[in-house]
Amino acid sequence: MEPQFKPGDRVRIRVDYPARHFRTPGYIQGKTGSVTTVHGAFRNPESLAYGGDGLPKQFLYLVCFEQTHVWGTYPAAADKLYMDIYEPWLEPA
Amino acid sequence: MAHNHDAQEAHAPIADQHEMTLYEKRAYAIESLLLEKGVLTAEAIRQKLEEIDAVTPALGARVVARAWVDAAFKARLLANAKAAIAELGIDTDALTTLVAVENTEKVHNVVVCTLCSCYPRAILGLPPDWYKSLSYRSRVVIDPRGVLLEFGTELPADVEVRVYDSTADMRYLVIPERPAGTEHLCEAELAELVTRDSMIGVAKARTPVAA
Amino acid sequence: MRHVHDRGGWPDAGPVERAEHDYSMWEKRTDAMLRILTRDRHIIRVDELRRAIESIPPRDYETMSYYERWITAIETLIIEKGLLTREEIDRRVETLEGTRHV
Repeated sequence: MEPQFKPGDRVRIRVDYPARHFRTPGYIQGKTGSVTTVHGAFRNPESLAYGGDGLPKQFLYLVCFEQTHVWGTYPAAADKLYMDIYEPWLEPA
Repeated sequence: MAHNHDAQEAHAPIADQHEMTLYEKRAYAIESLLLEKGVLTAEAIRQKLEEIDAVTPALGARVVARAWVDAAFKARLLANAKAAIAELGIDTDALTTLVAVENTEKVHNVVVCTLCSCYPRAILGLPPDWYKSLSYRSRVVIDPRGVLLEFGTELPADVEVRVYDSTADMRYLVIPERPAGTEHLCEAELAELVTRDSMIGVAKARTPVAA
Repeated sequence: MRHVHDRGGWPDAGPVERAEHDYSMWEKRTDAMLRILTRDRHIIRVDELRRAIESIPPRDYETMSYYERWITAIETLIIEKGLLTREEIDRRVETLEGTRHV
């Protein structure tokens, strides 16, 4: 199993609000950022939360976003937001 | 506070009395039942209470002080924080994964968990109330400079503020900048300058008090 | 629609209250209990705890304290996993009525 993305890739965060447990905050959904780190593969929290075994593991990425892009009005051009996001929530941008 | 290890009784000797709240009663009811069923043991509870009291931000401060005086250690810390911390004899078993992020003249990091309260407990102890508050979780991602100002931390516009939202297994530890005028201090003295808040990122490390 | 626990950028958040409270014994014991249930006994997963906390009705989620949410979620999971029943817990709570504690 190989990671779909590598550092430097531009990715867009999927938009979804499932009724189940998930770890992709609403404020970042639909936004585009850059992969900075591939953390490796981890068991899926959306399955673990219900007693599942969390398999198959999913690749987890540290993604960097420009704050001016994430928020409508943001005063400091250089500021960034970093977030760990699981691969199924990412699509190529 | 001495505790009767008899599984039938979850009560401590009466000292500072108060009427238990609803949730407190649920907690003691559940604990006493689980003790009776052997799911919990009094010894395990005692050991975990000791752990809760023993792990404080002083552990993180030792790590930061070492990073300040030892550039090779800092490099190892930034590459693999858990392995580097283990070198200091600190127990890191309870940590899933730790990532150390370094503050510099040009970059200031601050950490939050907007979804719950993820925090590097194994190295900093229990998180402060404000870290877990709805207002911190709401505001530090959208207005980190405003939140930092409330903590007395003002950053110039040319410093890049990076907010880390801990959404997965990674826990983030901020390595604050070493304050100016500390060249003469030993490692233990340096550790005393490293506050919990500076390792979360809402504050800088303390400056030494003038003699 | 946003879930109540998904707080990043939530409007009208107000200033950060910086005053900290000393943890009471029941709060520490709840924390201790969770550590045993997750790390030692592997009966509960942290992901399950989060899920159970997230399922607390929104109004309650916003007004309960941190450890009140934890003990509520622990109770939900303990019952869900068949270790205890609600009735057992209720009966034990009744014996604590009028009891004073440190």
